[in-house]
Amino acid sequence: MRETPSAATLVLGVEGWPGHRAGQHMDLRLTAEDGYQAQRSYSISSAPEDGGPAITVERLEDGEVSPYLVDDAQAGDFVEVRGPVGGWFVWDASQGGPLFLVAGGSGLAPLMAMLRHRAHAGSDVETTLLVSARRPEDLLYASELNALDGVRVERTFTRAAPEGWTGYARRVDRDMLAEVAPAPGARVYVCGPTGFVEGVAENLVALGHDPSRIRTERFGATGG
Amino acid sequence: MATIEEMRLDGNAVAGLLGDVFAGEITAALVSCAHCGATGAVATAHVYMHGPGVVMRCPDCTGVVMRFAQVRGRLLADLHGVGRMELSAP
Repeated sequence: MRETPSAATLVLGVEGWPGHRAGQHMDLRLTAEDGYQAQRSYSISSAPEDGGPAITVERLEDGEVSPYLVDDAQAGDFVEVRGPVGGWFVWDASQGGPLFLVAGGSGLAPLMAMLRHRAHAGSDVETTLLVSARRPEDLLYASELNALDGVRVERTFTRAAPEGWTGYARRVDRDMLAEVAPAPGARVYVCGPTGFVEGVAENLVALGHDPSRIRTERFGATGG
Repeated sequence: MATIEEMRLDGNAVAGLLGDVFAGEITAALVSCAHCGATGAVATAHVYMHGPGVVMRCPDCTGVVMRFAQVRGRLLADLHGVGRMELSAP
């Protein structure tokens, strides 16, 4: 399913899927006809309650795997998967909050799994999402974000904002975090490109958040 | 070209590989660095995997904590930078 001009969500039917936790990811391995193999790791964007895993893939123009997954993969294609993997960057409704989720680009995927899980679980944990996208058309799950119940959603656009936009239109910085973040003590999950994640985490610590309450996941700058 | 800093990942990215080596999920395990003694979740280690192998470094002192490489169908693990590990008992 196409999410944005450069991203698509793929729903994977995995026989014997053991279930996953919100925030976990899975490894995909593709094998070309000549035997060349490429493996990539993708966050699961679906909630545990949704059943089988869905991943949202952003096309990296010089990537080996993501252009295939976003543009060419067809229903019925087979890929090798390993997972779910990871047990640290996860959130379960029973852990409570308040919850502060910070996403850079497709780093929204694992946080979306947490938001979907929160809704399925009927959780009323105080939740704030700050999401950074280049342009409005690059924002993943845009309509679903509008319909989230009881979640404060703040968007910032770093390249181009919608016409008449009065919200944030810059990279996430300390001033923005000071305005948006809940008080120190909240459980914080940050996911996105490496520079984004490290900058947000540093600024939150400077604002008084305990590093042990901040969980980070870096996507890196290459791979694709 | 991305810089080394931009290519840095973290322990989450090698959860699958670590699962092969340790036969279980260990990114939430605590590991102490044999070089400086700092302790943190495996997921918080700095990971560099754009080279031929995988290098995990301590986020505090940047010392090498674990290294992995696949050579001719064998998986090599060098764990000399691990001081101690602490994980949930199964």
